[in-house]
Amino acid sequence: MITAHTRKLLTIITETAIEKDLCADLERLGAHGYTITDARGKGNRGVRSASWEQSGNIRVEVVCNEETAKTIALEVKEKYYANYAMILFVADVEVLRPAKF
Amino acid sequence: MNTLDPVILFFLLGLAAGLLKSELRLPPAIYEFLSVVLLIAIGLKGGVELSKQSFGALAGQIGLVLLLGFTLPLLAFPVLRWVGKLPRADAASIAAHYGSVSVATYAAASAWMTARGISYEEYMPLFVVLLEVPAIIVGIMLARGVSRDTRWGKLGHEIFLGKGIVLLAGGLIIGWVAGPVSIAPVGELFFGLFKGVLALFLLEMGLIAAAQAGNLRRHGLFLGAFAVGMPLVSACIGIGLGALMGLTPGGVAVLATLAASASYIAVPAAMRIAVPEANPALSLAAALGVTFPFNVLVGIPLYHRLAEALL
Repeated sequence: MITAHTRKLLTIITETAIEKDLCADLERLGAHGYTITDARGKGNRGVRSASWEQSGNIRVEVVCNEETAKTIALEVKEKYYANYAMILFVADVEVLRPAKF
Repeated sequence: MNTLDPVILFFLLGLAAGLLKSELRLPPAIYEFLSVVLLIAIGLKGGVELSKQSFGALAGQIGLVLLLGFTLPLLAFPVLRWVGKLPRADAASIAAHYGSVSVATYAAASAWMTARGISYEEYMPLFVVLLEVPAIIVGIMLARGVSRDTRWGKLGHEIFLGKGIVLLAGGLIIGWVAGPVSIAPVGELFFGLFKGVLALFLLEMGLIAAAQAGNLRRHGLFLGAFAVGMPLVSACIGIGLGALMGLTPGGVAVLATLAASASYIAVPAAMRIAVPEANPALSLAAALGVTFPFNVLVGIPLYHRLAEALL
C-alpha cells in the first residue's frame, strides 16, 4: 500500500502579461516548481478571450506545503490584486512523493 | 480613387463579423504567426532599402523622427489629463500609446501606396523601429515622475526585447546585410505572400477592434473624440516634419500615418508592467477600437491628399 501525503494545490489565474514576474516571485517564495497553461474566460475585468497578446490569461498551478502556499498567497495578493485581473485559490491534494513538494 | 483594397475589405469583414458576434475566431497561434511574418517582412523590406542609403544622409532624419516620438506623448498628455480629466496614470498610458506606432497601420499604408503606384522612401521601417520606444519612456515618466523605484533595467529588457522590436530590427539587419540579390530566395514567403498575410491579419484585427466596442461605449465621448482628433493633429505634425526632411509626397504621407497611428503591441505590454494602475481597457478601446480603423479606412487616403496638396 502506498501512503499518500497531503499537500496544497495553489492555483492562480491571471494575465499573461505578468507571467515572468509572477514566476520569479513563486521561485523566490519557495515553490519547487509550477505548471502554466494558457487560459481564457470572463471575470469582473471583462472577457479575456486570448485571441491576441493583451487578452491572454494563464493558469499557474503550484503544489507545495501549507506554509509556502500561505506565503505565496499573501504576497501575490498584496502585489497584484489591486491592478491585475487575478484569482487565486488553494485546495488539498494527495501526493506520493512528499519530499518533491 | 476610393475603390477599396481587398485587404481593407478583409478588415471590414472582421469588423462586421465581430460586431455581429459571429463565431469566427482565428486560433491565437495563427494570429501570432501572421504577425511574425508581417514584422519580418516589413523589417526585411526596409533593410534591403537601407542597404542602398548612406548613413550620413539618414542621421538627420533619424534625429528628427526620434524627436517626433518624444514630442507626441507630451502633446497628448495635457489634453487627456485636463480636458479629459483622466487620472494621471491613464492619461500617461494613453499618451504613450499615441506617441508610439502601429506596425499594422504602417503595413496598410504601404499596401495602399503600392496598390496606387505611389512611391515612398521604402527604408521607412527604420522609422517604425525608432518610433516604438521614445513614447514608452515618456509615458512612464509622465505617470511616475523621475522616480527611483522604476526598474529601468527590467523595463528596458521588456521594451527592447519585445517581439515587435526584435523581429522588426532583426529583419532590418538581415535585409541590410543580405542586400536585394541574396534576399530573393526568402522573398517569396515574405514579399510574395505579403498581401495575403496582411489580409488575414487585418481580418483578425477587425475582430479585435470590434471587441473594443463595449469598452468604448462605457468610456464615452471624450475618448472617442480624442481617438480621432489626436491622429489628425499628429498627422499634420508628421506632414510638416516629412516636408522638412525632404521626403517624397508618398513618404510624407507614410510618415504622417506613422505619427497618427497608435501602438497596441509594444506599449500596452510595457505599460501593463510599468504603470499597472492604468486601465488597459481605455487605451486599447481608443487605439484599437477607433484610431486603427480610422487610420486604415479614412486616415491614409486623407494624409496622402493633404501631403500632395501641401507639397
